[in-house]
Amino acid sequence: MNFFFQQLLNALLLGSIYALISVGYTMVYGVLSMINFAHGDIFMVSSYIAFFFSAFLLRFAPHLFPILTFAATILVAMILSSLLAVIIERLAYKPLRTAPRVSAVITALGVGMFLETITLALIGPEPHQIAPLIPFRIYNLGGVSFSSNHIMVFAVSFICMFILDLIIRRTMVGKAMRAISFDKTIVPMMGVPVDTIISATFALGAAVAAVGGTMYGMVYSLDPYMGILIGWWAFIAAVVGGIGNVRGAMIGGLILGVVQVFVAAYMASTYRDFIAFAMLLLLLVFRPTGILGRPKIKKV
Amino acid sequence: MKKVYLLLGVLLTLSLMVSSCAAPSGGTGTPQVDVIKIGLNAELTGSIPKVGKSCKQGAELALKEINDAGGLEVAGKKYPVQLFVEDDEDKADQAASVTQKLISQYGVLAVIGPNASRNGIPAAEIAESAKVPLIGPWPTNPKFTIDSKTGQPKKYVFRMMYLDSVQGVENARFVMEEFKAKKVAVLYDIASEYNKGMADVFKKSFEELGGEVVAFESYTSGDKDFTAQLTKIKAANPDVIFLPNYYSEVALQSQQAHNLGITNILMTTDASFSSELLTLGGKNVEGIYLYSTFTIEVGGVNPAAKKFIDAYKAQYGEFPDDVAALTYDSFGVIFQAIQKAEKIDRQAVRDVLATPFTYEGVTGKTTFTGTGDPLKSVYYVQVTDGQFKVYTPKYYHAKEQ
Amino acid sequence: MGNRQWLLFPILLVLFALTFLIPHYGLLNDYIQLILIYVGINIIMAVSLNLINGYMGEFSLGHAGFMLIGAYVSSILTVWVFPHTWGPTMTSLVLFPIAVIAGGLAAALAGLIVAFPSFKTRGDYLALVTLAFNMICVSVVQNIEAIGGGRGFMGMDKLTTMSWVFLWALIAAWAIRNFIYSKFGRGALSIREDETVSDLVSVNTKTVKILAFVISAFFAGVGGALFAHVLQFITPKTFVIQKNIDFLVMVYMGGIGSIGGSILGAATYTILLELLREALQLLGTIPPFTLIPSLEIWRWVVAPLLLVLLMIFQPKGIMGLREFGLFVPNRDRFGARLWLKKRKSANANSPD
Repeated sequence: MNFFFQQLLNALLLGSIYALISVGYTMVYGVLSMINFAHGDIFMVSSYIAFFFSAFLLRFAPHLFPILTFAATILVAMILSSLLAVIIERLAYKPLRTAPRVSAVITALGVGMFLETITLALIGPEPHQIAPLIPFRIYNLGGVSFSSNHIMVFAVSFICMFILDLIIRRTMVGKAMRAISFDKTIVPMMGVPVDTIISATFALGAAVAAVGGTMYGMVYSLDPYMGILIGWWAFIAAVVGGIGNVRGAMIGGLILGVVQVFVAAYMASTYRDFIAFAMLLLLLVFRPTGILGRPKIKKV
Repeated sequence: MKKVYLLLGVLLTLSLMVSSCAAPSGGTGTPQVDVIKIGLNAELTGSIPKVGKSCKQGAELALKEINDAGGLEVAGKKYPVQLFVEDDEDKADQAASVTQKLISQYGVLAVIGPNASRNGIPAAEIAESAKVPLIGPWPTNPKFTIDSKTGQPKKYVFRMMYLDSVQGVENARFVMEEFKAKKVAVLYDIASEYNKGMADVFKKSFEELGGEVVAFESYTSGDKDFTAQLTKIKAANPDVIFLPNYYSEVALQSQQAHNLGITNILMTTDASFSSELLTLGGKNVEGIYLYSTFTIEVGGVNPAAKKFIDAYKAQYGEFPDDVAALTYDSFGVIFQAIQKAEKIDRQAVRDVLATPFTYEGVTGKTTFTGTGDPLKSVYYVQVTDGQFKVYTPKYYHAKEQ
Repeated sequence: MGNRQWLLFPILLVLFALTFLIPHYGLLNDYIQLILIYVGINIIMAVSLNLINGYMGEFSLGHAGFMLIGAYVSSILTVWVFPHTWGPTMTSLVLFPIAVIAGGLAAALAGLIVAFPSFKTRGDYLALVTLAFNMICVSVVQNIEAIGGGRGFMGMDKLTTMSWVFLWALIAAWAIRNFIYSKFGRGALSIREDETVSDLVSVNTKTVKILAFVISAFFAGVGGALFAHVLQFITPKTFVIQKNIDFLVMVYMGGIGSIGGSILGAATYTILLELLREALQLLGTIPPFTLIPSLEIWRWVVAPLLLVLLMIFQPKGIMGLREFGLFVPNRDRFGARLWLKKRKSANANSPD
């Protein structure tokens, strides 16, 4: 039983981080019907921002309360990543809003590659790890081992998701986002500044991913290519949950984490990717709109 | 439409320009005779960039020393040595095409590198078909020097390290005798030749010695989360955990193991012998065991090594690791071979390398017996106080080399 | 505007002859020959991908998976199954093409399987299905120990020559060009524009999709087989999703819906990357650039930047939706000219 709970904890940690990244994919898809393949790399950049800023803080302000250092790092990572996302959106995606959809996809892939290699070229390929900004402790509860990392990730992800959900459901900006994803043509006629809302969507997605990036950099390590694989996994999580649906993305992330860890735990670890993708395939064939997605009616 | 023709024209012109710049090299490839060209194939980017960087630095130091002395003296004349460095991006297909480029485009006399067995093997194939001598400073997997079709040793490929098939057996003996271990767990990368090869040899040897491998878990290159596999390992309760992986992964694995409350002895291999292991792993790799052909302490007993360590530190500001030392020695071997051959010719150099000889360098004695696999001595190392320190075994006795 | 299609045949013949002369007399060095072989293989991959992504307007991210199947099946045949005693000429003239075709057929079978989900899913969902397919292929091979798993399979002879690549590229272009201008190909075009309507005007969408996927996958498999026998070593990691990005760039850069575009795109992309590498190395010898270590990495910074700029300023690719005249059958050219004439006269006559 311990084994099961231990693996469950492992799974939820991984899943929470996937969830934080996948909401970014799903929100952008909702408003633009575009898969922002550069999102995984924005996650990577946010991780690096967190790394450098935290190193700076630890060096020049070592006596700050750890929780303040942590909060400051996350905030700075969020702000700068949002800025980056908006810049990318304005420079690369906006001109292509009327172009064939696939051009936007290729551009996204290109932007992603650019981010990866410029990080590689400027900072170097060696992996780094963010110093534990929250004092690191290991706890043991009845044979199950968990650490302050687990607590941090669960708490912060939960708060983040909760706030995001509030924004989407209760604020005007959130309402506008949902309206645009429902019907793109009418909304501008209703006086909604579509361009601003779209930029806000990118900014929000990047901010949430930055939270994930900071924590990922503390729990695992960061290198210029980390965004690629994680990006694809988070994207799959978004699809599983129903692309376009934010709550679905959160659930999808957790599900994916569980699948990955439990497959490795109860079967030969080499089958992990295979099973995860086979499940995805089956889901797509039998329920293509995902768990919480709504089937889109296409008018002829 | 005109734009298209313009583009085509530009492309054609550029291609012609580039190909005319390149010295065309025929099939038998006798390179220009007033400069000695050596090619370096290193993993400058990818998952083990530190290895590539060390390799490159070791090479450049060797080059600087020889050129400062006026060049390599062959049959009475001094030739400057030119180094061509290419990045194989830690990708097997790139390793192959980069080797081809060094051989055909630059017409090098010999190729040094790559370092990871997974990249070394395809590169070795290319060198073997092109009949160009290739020395791999770091690869330890047997497939590197064996011709996969005939099962015979390759004729043009040499290495500077011992074989995994030898080392894996020794490791199993070390673990069993030194730690009195009866149960062992292994976590390895299934997608990488070195890791899997070493894991397999270790498992087989340990079981032949009467031990039990209680967990044999795998992951794929690029994974960063090993908690699922480590939890399984913890549940199997081994005496020692063997991690035959590269430094960036071992650092994470040690960290995650400790976070899960695993306190067993950890052992890794020469693949993670790098200062990066200490930087990334921090106190999580304290006490981990590994082995290598080179540690800084060797400078105390080997004067050539001391000279090398000091020069390296002066040039680069850091201490050399085994990759740098082995690369430096690879150059030493090649230079010695060229001098003995008295010609700057690929076949002549290869013939010298294929005749049994011993090279004494910064990594100790390397004895070649006619094939590409030499005999070498090994040190066991433990990370103590954040440093690699030679570990003197209490119960284990190394076999005489 | 005369019909210059008769020029095509002699030009192709000369090029084909060159593919024998160049290696034999060493007219170009081995490395450049290798690049040309890569260009040829990429042409096959781009042209076959264009069939699905360009002409049919679907979004396939699984092309590398077909390539992987072709590579492995053909390699297993030449290394394990076929006799090694046949001597080099017979091997390369008989056994190798059989292996390549077998690789193509295996990939085509996979293409058939992928075609079925495409009936129900479209757009981004199909992208995911093909993506999952690609990853499953990679994953499955990684788990099969007998063929080397994640560590790769080797032992292939260098059977791929410039001549073979040239021939196969020719066959691929010819086959796909004929498919495009056939009844089924036009069906594909109509599916791209509007699938529901196509169904209503009695385009047999199922057959068209199956044919398109099968043909596209077959040539991807051929490309894979050729690739395996020039590299002499294959590992599943070569065929992960990122490989698809290369092909996508070639197709979209060249212009979707244009065979000439795919050929141009493939050639440009392959050569440009190598040129960039050379250029950066040369640049690295000029101070102050000597201070920057590994200048060649910047190749991967410049390339995607160029791509993004290209997409913003020329989203339809180099060729746009146009096509080189010599690919288009006479019937279409005549029809097009007629239409243009009519439009001109209609515009001239309209009160404006």
